[in-house]
Amino acid sequence: MRISLLSIGLIAAFLTLAMPARAFEVEEHHRFGNGEARTLRILSTTDTALLTPMIETFLANNPGVAIEYTSASSAELMTAIMREKQPYDLALSSAMDLQIKLANDGFTQAHRSQAVDLIPAWGNWRNHVFAFSQESASIVVSPSAFSDLEIPRSRQKLITLLRRYPDRFRGRLGTYDVGASGLGYLFATQDARTSESYWRLMELMGSLRAKLYCCSSDMIEAVARGEIAVAYNVLGSYARAREDLANRITIIEPDDYTNMMLRTAVILNTAQEPALAGDFIDHLLDAAWNSPIVVEYPFHRYPTTGTAQNVPFRPIQLGPGLLVFLDHLKRKRFLAEWRSTVQQD
Amino acid sequence: MRFLLVEDNVSLATAVLDRLRMDGHVVDHATDIAAAEDFSATTDYDLILLDIMLPDGDGRTFLRTHRSRLIETPVIVLTARSEVSDRVGMLDLGADDYITKPFDFSELEARCRAVLRRHGGDSSNQRRFGNLVFDPLAGTLSVSGNKITLRNKELRLLEIFLNSPDRIYSKPKLVDRLFSYDEDVSENAIEVYVGRLRKHLTDSGVEITTVRGLGYRMSLV
Amino acid sequence: MSDPLPTSGSLRRRLTLQLVGSAAILATLLFFVVLAFARDTAQQTHDSILLASATSIMDSVSVQADEVTVDIPYAALSMLGNVSDDRVFYRVSMRGNILTGYEDLPHTDQNTSSGQSAFDTLTYKNDGIRMVTLSRRLSLNGAPADILTTVAQTREGQATQLAKLSRSALQLGLGFFLVATVLAIWTAQSSIRPLNQLTAAVSRRGPKDLRPVKRPVPSEMIPLVLSLNQFIARLRTSLTRSEDFIAEAAHRVRTPLATVRTQAEITLRRVEKPENRASIREMIRAIDESSRAAGQLLDHAMVTFRIDSLERKDIFLTETAKELVDRLQPIAELKDIDLSFTGYNCPPITGDAILVQNAVRNILDNAIKYSPNDTTIRVSTQETLSTVLIHVEDEAGGFADMDTDALTHRFTRGENAAGTVGSGLGLTIAREVVEAHGGTLQIETSKSGTGACVSLCFPLV
Repeated sequence: MRISLLSIGLIAAFLTLAMPARAFEVEEHHRFGNGEARTLRILSTTDTALLTPMIETFLANNPGVAIEYTSASSAELMTAIMREKQPYDLALSSAMDLQIKLANDGFTQAHRSQAVDLIPAWGNWRNHVFAFSQESASIVVSPSAFSDLEIPRSRQKLITLLRRYPDRFRGRLGTYDVGASGLGYLFATQDARTSESYWRLMELMGSLRAKLYCCSSDMIEAVARGEIAVAYNVLGSYARAREDLANRITIIEPDDYTNMMLRTAVILNTAQEPALAGDFIDHLLDAAWNSPIVVEYPFHRYPTTGTAQNVPFRPIQLGPGLLVFLDHLKRKRFLAEWRSTVQQD
Repeated sequence: MRFLLVEDNVSLATAVLDRLRMDGHVVDHATDIAAAEDFSATTDYDLILLDIMLPDGDGRTFLRTHRSRLIETPVIVLTARSEVSDRVGMLDLGADDYITKPFDFSELEARCRAVLRRHGGDSSNQRRFGNLVFDPLAGTLSVSGNKITLRNKELRLLEIFLNSPDRIYSKPKLVDRLFSYDEDVSENAIEVYVGRLRKHLTDSGVEITTVRGLGYRMSLV
Repeated sequence: MSDPLPTSGSLRRRLTLQLVGSAAILATLLFFVVLAFARDTAQQTHDSILLASATSIMDSVSVQADEVTVDIPYAALSMLGNVSDDRVFYRVSMRGNILTGYEDLPHTDQNTSSGQSAFDTLTYKNDGIRMVTLSRRLSLNGAPADILTTVAQTREGQATQLAKLSRSALQLGLGFFLVATVLAIWTAQSSIRPLNQLTAAVSRRGPKDLRPVKRPVPSEMIPLVLSLNQFIARLRTSLTRSEDFIAEAAHRVRTPLATVRTQAEITLRRVEKPENRASIREMIRAIDESSRAAGQLLDHAMVTFRIDSLERKDIFLTETAKELVDRLQPIAELKDIDLSFTGYNCPPITGDAILVQNAVRNILDNAIKYSPNDTTIRVSTQETLSTVLIHVEDEAGGFADMDTDALTHRFTRGENAAGTVGSGLGLTIAREVVEAHGGTLQIETSKSGTGACVSLCFPLV
């Protein structure tokens, strides 16, 4: 099965050359399935490999269907859809704010189904934006660096630790460069909105000359290599996925609060197969929210009890509030403040 | 006996008066209610015969005032109207009896007697002749204290004779007085009743003699 | 009599329909008023949130280092998201230049320079939006700068809310209508009740009950009841007139006959010749016959008249019979007839006492009339399980030579008119009265065999 899919992938790679030229930057392009009748075109920020098992089960249930899966960065995804109006059916993205903007600005269409009803209320916006995963903003630490120290389980404890042992962690901290990473920006703005301790932590990290990264995987690997001891606001799902590094990293979901990023799907207005796109969304939603848990689902399933007080997991709220941080003046101000805090020299 | 006849039909009234007087009664005659009320206010009557259709009103009006004055004099109403509707009203208003016109005098006499009897005629009604004591209301005859109850025809016959003793009554006259007109009787029937009466009068000192060719007469022996 | 009357619709239905109709109009009105109110309220609520959002954005506009900046608070837009899942648009501009937000968001036509907020309902990105525009003057480099803040939201949530409110308004209207309908039916029922009660009271009346209606009625019904009473009075007068007419007729016939008879009688006293006497007697008998016939014919008319509207009252037959025997006693005595009565108190039958009395009297009259002198007439009453009987037994020779069935049949009016007037009609009257009371008249030969026994048989209720 895998072999056949790989071969299909290669064929798909060839086919890509035949596709019209794209102005936006594609990371990966795959064609799954050999169906001729209908083709579902997905534009996604999610690594192809992560979703491959889900795609395979979908194709197994829908004979005669093929899926073209294109992965790109969230910014490129926006360019492809908003500016270039590329004819994709479905957009899967971890950039919640951008997905909301797509829906708010009228680039998406509504979808209703039984699977949609499975989603908790906070995971569905206007029946346009559907959450199909919960992924934590985690702290990843190197267990070796904490051999003689207690691993901090909250921001406050991390701050205390950093203040107590500044020399030990100087230059050995890492976080997203919020100017470069959309996800980093999302996590940072949510942190800033949620707790004052964020700014104290950033100030402290700046003073300890924290390194800035473009993406979660770089931070995970840096921790695994022992270059840094603490990486803040790392996408938990990616850390969890690196089973090969499991003994060299420790994933912390802070128990004061843990922001939950929701990976979301939208059906685009330009969709040529909206019904098929809906079916694929239902397939994802069913795996994400229905029981029993299916093995192909690549993400950890958190309880869906929502935003109850005693649960640290806080799903980032889908809605127009996210548009605030996309405001260019707001962003400019926020980035300026962030830089002045983190990049002190 | 003293009767008051209230009747506006003169010929009928005359006939009734004749007949009643013939029977030995004293009868006053009123032709309207006003006169009747005058009579009844000044005289005690033993019986009032009252016509209901009178020139100055309904006889029932008289009857009502009469009864309201608590006068106990019995009243027999003479009516020519339908019996079905009038009967109850008459009796309810306090009439003692009524008779429908035209009536047979025998019936009128019978009714008068019945009414008077019901009102308990006193002993002043008794008549004596020789050693006979006759009570026409009770219908009894005593000969020397020996009391006999007479049958109706015998009683009537005796009453006729006693009204005018020594007078000769022809057979036809007696038939007229004794029988109603719808009874088909021969004059010989009189002989039967005279015979019966004679039997009751045996040993009484009173006898009924046959006057050949003329009739009968009652006289003391 | 029971022919259905043509109707001009039902009063109750008309009343009900009118009330229900009014209820429907009121319910519709209520629905629209509530809906308009709900729409206004929803709009006002929405507007006030939009205004709050716009105000908080406007508040974040500041001049820093000679530059106008806007720091949109998270709450400014998230508050809109909390109300509904509607799309949100905003724009901040200065002197016509866009500072931030949606450049193509439409501009309001209203004048906002006065510091007033302007609300517009427009279409943007293919969707209906509600938009608020605020204006504020800042000082920039010593010069005034007008800042315009616009916040808009699509109206799907409002539409959903309105749909929900319309449903509630509809339910309210329907509920009102249903309750009003029930009340309308009840009202119609109770309004019509006095009419029904009057109808029941009038139809419950006996045939002879011609009293005016005295029960209290609603004032609207007074004219009807007055007319009804006038009608009853006219009917009463007319009935009385009929009875009076018959009574008067009897009077008119009998009075002259009485006169003639009296004259004849007086004449008879003066006449001696047997031939003349015989003819005068004959004359008197003829007068008696015709007077009796006239009397019976009129009695018969009265009986027929009364039978048409038979009264139903308790009658004690033993009392009736005893009373009649007493009354006829003098007549019986005239012929030395022994008229006797035996009987115990029987339960009452129901009927017209005058008619029953008349029937029994006719039988007794006949018995006395046809009985020879010195005979016996026995009157008795008898009670069986379901009937009360009056027997009149005489010794007048009876109808031994006749078939009693045929005899009963003989007493029809037509044959009697031609036959012996007196007896026939008397029995006919008796039979008609008994039959009108649901009973039977039987003629049998008496037990002794010397006469007839006439039995009037009345059913008990």
